[in-house]
Amino acid sequence: MSVLFVLIGVSMIVAGGFLFGFLWAVKKGQYDDSYSPSVRILFEDKEKKSEELLELENTAKKNHKS
Amino acid sequence: MANMQQETKNQICVHCGDDCGKHPVMWNDKPFCCNGCSTVYQLLHENELCSYYDFEANPGIKIETARFKEKFAFLDEDEIANQLYDFSEGNIRKLNLYIPAIHCSSCIWLLENLNILNKGVLKSVVNFVKKEVSLTFDSEQLSIRQLAELLSSIHYVPEITLDKLQQKQNKDANKKLLYKIGIAGFCFGNIMLLSLPEYVPGNEYLETHFKNFFGMMNFFLVLPVFLYSGNDYLFSAYKAIKHRFVNIDVPISLGILTLFIQSSFEIFSGTGAGYMDSLTGLIFFLLIGKWYQNRTYQALSFERDYRSYFPVAVSKMEKGQEVSTPIEKLKKGDIILIRNQELIPADSILTKGDAQIDYSFVTGESKPVFKEAGDQIFAGGKQMGSAIELTIEKDVVQSRLTQLWNQFEEENSEASKLNSLIDRISKHFTLIIIAIAVLSGVYWLFNDTSKAIYAFTSVLIVACPCALALSAPFALGNTMRLMGRVGIYLKSSHVIEKLNAITSIVFDKTGTITQADEVKISFKGDKLTAEDYVAVKSLTRHSTHILSSSIYDYLKDISPENVEDYHELPSMGISGKVNGREIKLGSAKFISEGISESKSLTTEVYYSVDDKVKGHFSLSNQYRHGLSDLINSLSSKYDLHVLTGDNDSERENLEKIFPASSNLRYDQSPKDKLDYINKLKSEGKKVLMIGDGLNDAGALKSSDVGISIADDVYHFSPACDAILESSKFSDLTRFLSITKKSIWIVKLSFLLSFMYNFVGLYFAIQGILSPIVAALLMPISSVSIVAFTTITTNLIVKNRENQINRKKSDRMEMYQTSKSVQLN
Repeated sequence: MSVLFVLIGVSMIVAGGFLFGFLWAVKKGQYDDSYSPSVRILFEDKEKKSEELLELENTAKKNHKS
Repeated sequence: MANMQQETKNQICVHCGDDCGKHPVMWNDKPFCCNGCSTVYQLLHENELCSYYDFEANPGIKIETARFKEKFAFLDEDEIANQLYDFSEGNIRKLNLYIPAIHCSSCIWLLENLNILNKGVLKSVVNFVKKEVSLTFDSEQLSIRQLAELLSSIHYVPEITLDKLQQKQNKDANKKLLYKIGIAGFCFGNIMLLSLPEYVPGNEYLETHFKNFFGMMNFFLVLPVFLYSGNDYLFSAYKAIKHRFVNIDVPISLGILTLFIQSSFEIFSGTGAGYMDSLTGLIFFLLIGKWYQNRTYQALSFERDYRSYFPVAVSKMEKGQEVSTPIEKLKKGDIILIRNQELIPADSILTKGDAQIDYSFVTGESKPVFKEAGDQIFAGGKQMGSAIELTIEKDVVQSRLTQLWNQFEEENSEASKLNSLIDRISKHFTLIIIAIAVLSGVYWLFNDTSKAIYAFTSVLIVACPCALALSAPFALGNTMRLMGRVGIYLKSSHVIEKLNAITSIVFDKTGTITQADEVKISFKGDKLTAEDYVAVKSLTRHSTHILSSSIYDYLKDISPENVEDYHELPSMGISGKVNGREIKLGSAKFISEGISESKSLTTEVYYSVDDKVKGHFSLSNQYRHGLSDLINSLSSKYDLHVLTGDNDSERENLEKIFPASSNLRYDQSPKDKLDYINKLKSEGKKVLMIGDGLNDAGALKSSDVGISIADDVYHFSPACDAILESSKFSDLTRFLSITKKSIWIVKLSFLLSFMYNFVGLYFAIQGILSPIVAALLMPISSVSIVAFTTITTNLIVKNRENQINRKKSDRMEMYQTSKSVQLN
C-alpha cells in the first residue's frame, strides 16, 4: 500500500505540470483574443512571405541603384 | 484574384462593397466606388498584398473624406507620443492602437503584414476582440506619426484620444482572476481525490498513517486557496464591516473562516477529516461565478467623456508659425487654427475667417451656424469649410461643455452597488444565520455539551451562501450576454437590476426617435419636369451642405450634368447654370425678396429657374420604424417624456405619436435636459434616458440608466450604461421585459438556494452534519443553480428572439445583419 505515497506524489507532479501550463498560457495572453488565432492559422506560410519580402527588397535595391 | 461581383444594374466596389453608381472609378478593369477605395487597392496591388481580397469579399473600409494631412501632427510631440508607448528602448517602440474599423479576417491579415508596406514596422499583432493592433516599430525608419498615417492610408484610421492616453487599462485584473481560478481548481481537484477515501464504506479500516498523510496533504493544498484565491472575499468582508454594512461577502467569509478553522482543528487533533474539499469547492465555484459576471464587452467603450471627442492636440499660432499643442496646455489668449472638420476644443472668439459651425455634437441640431469674426464660439462645434483662427477665451476644462461633464466627476458608483438585490438580502441572511447558529449552540450546550461547538460551526458552514452568491452572477451575466446577441450591449450585469426598476422613460428627439441619416423629402409647388430634376441634382452635387446632399441622395436615378458658373453663399444657397438655365436653390431670402418663409413644421429649400420661383422642397425628419407601436406598448407601463433641443415645429407629429399623458419639451439645452432628469429623480422616479449625442451626455449620466443609440456600436457614443443598436430600437419593450423576467429568475433561484440551506440546516442543527453531506450539498446546490439560471434565461431570451424574428419576417423588414460584438 505504501506505493500510494509514490503514486500521489507522481500525480501531484503531473497535475502541477498542467497547472503551470495553464498559468503560463494566461500570462502569455493566450486567453486575451479568442478569435484571431483561428483565422491566423489559415493565412499563408511564413516562408512565402519572406520570399515576397526578398523580392521587394531586391526591387527596392535595384530602384535605388538606378 | 479579387472577386469580381457583377450585378445586373450597378457594379459593386471591389474594395468596400458599396454600390459604384453609374460611373464607377475603373482601375485595372476593376470597379471602385470612389478614388479613395481605388487608391487603397492600387497601394495593395503594388505591394502584392491583394490576398487581402481573398479572405472575405469586399473587406475594405470606405472613408468619405481622406484628410489626414495634419490630423496626426500632434504625434510629432514627444510628450504625447511617449504617453502612448508601452515600451521604448533605443530605436524600438511598442504600442497598442485602437482601430474601430477592424471587422474581419482580411483586416487581421493586412494589419499583420504591415511590414510589407513599410519595413519600419517590425511586428504587428491584432487583438480582434479588443480591436487593437499591437505594433513594434523602428523609430529610425518610421516615426509614430508616419505609422498612424500609414494605417490611415489603407483606411484603418487609429483612434487616439485623450482619455485613452490617461487610463492605461488594468489588464492584469482579469488575468489575476484566471490565476486564482486555476490554482483553486487545481487544489480543489486534488483535495477531492484525497478526501474520497473518507467517503467510501469501510474507511474505518484505513490505516492511520494514510489518514494523517491525506489530512496533511489537504491542509497544505488548501493554504494557497485560502490565502490567495479566496482572499478577495475576506478583504471585501473586512472592508464592509469596517464601514458598518453587510454585503454578500460577509456570510461567505464567515463560512470560509469557519470551514478553515474547524477543518484545521480536526486534522491536527486527529478527530476527523475536515471539510477542506467543501472549502476549496466553494471558492472555486464562487470565482467562476465572478469571472462569468466580469465578462463584459471590451471593444465597446461605456466611459467616454469629452476628452474622447476632442482632438489630442490643435495647431497653435506662435509668431506666425503653427505649433501642435496638446489641448490641456492651451491657455486663455492663445490663438489656434481650426481646419475643416476639426472640433473647437474651448470656448473662444473668432478672429479670422468665416466660420460655419456644426453644433450637432452639442445640440443634436445638424444645421450649421454661420459666424463672423468677433463672434463667440462654444467648445464642441465642428468647423465646416475653410480654416479659421480663434482666440481662446476659457481653458478647456472651464468651457461650458466640459463643465457640464465635470459635475459628475466626484460622484462615485460605489453607492449604487450597495443597493443591489443580493446585498439587501445578505444583510438579513447573515443576521438570521448567526442567530440560528447561536441558538443551536446554546441548545446543545444544555443538552449535550460535546456537540455545542460542533453544531454552531456546522450551521455557519452549511449556511454559507455559495448557491446564493452564484445565482445572480450567472442569471444576470447570461442575460447580459444574450441581450448582446439581440442588439443591446450592457455595461455590466448590474444594469439589468436597474433597468428592472425603471418607472419613467425620457427620449431625446433628434437621432433617437428620429433617424439621423434619413429625411423625408417632398416638393411643393409647380410640377417639376425631368429637366428640373436633372438641374437640381447637378447643382446639389457640388455642395457639401447637409441639405444639398440630402436632396442629392433623394434624386437617386437621375444622372447629373455639367454646371457652369457655380456659386455657393454660406447659409444662403447655391446657384449655377445648367443647360443654359439659371438655377437657384436655397432659403427663401436667397431666391427672391418677395416670398416669406412660411411658418411650417419643416425645413424648406426653395427652387427657382431664371428667377421664377417654382416651389420648394420640404425636408422633415423621419421617425424610426415601429416608433408608434413601441410608444403604445410602453405608455401603459411607464410615463414617457421627450426632450428636444429643436424648436416645437414637430409638435403636431409628436403629439400624434405620444399619448396625451406624456411630457414633451422643446428648446432644451443640454443643461435643461440634465436638470429635468434630476427633477424626475427627486420626485422619486427611476429614470431611463435614451439619447445619442453629446448634448444628452449629462442627462445620460445623471439618469438611473442611460442608453445611447448608435448606428455603429464601436463609434463614438457618450458615457452610458448600455449601447443600443439603432436598428433594434423598436425592440425596446422586449428588452425591458427580458430584464423583468431575468430578475424573476434571480428571485426564484434565491428561493431554490434557500431550500438547500434548509436541508443543510436540518442536519447542522441536530449536530449530525458529516463531511460527506457538506461535500455533496455544496456542489449539488451550486451546479443546479447554475444550470437552472442558465437554462431559464436562455429560454426567455430565445422566446423573445423568435418573436422578434417572426415579427420581422411579417413586416418584411430587412435589417442589416448586426455586426457581432464579442464578449471579453
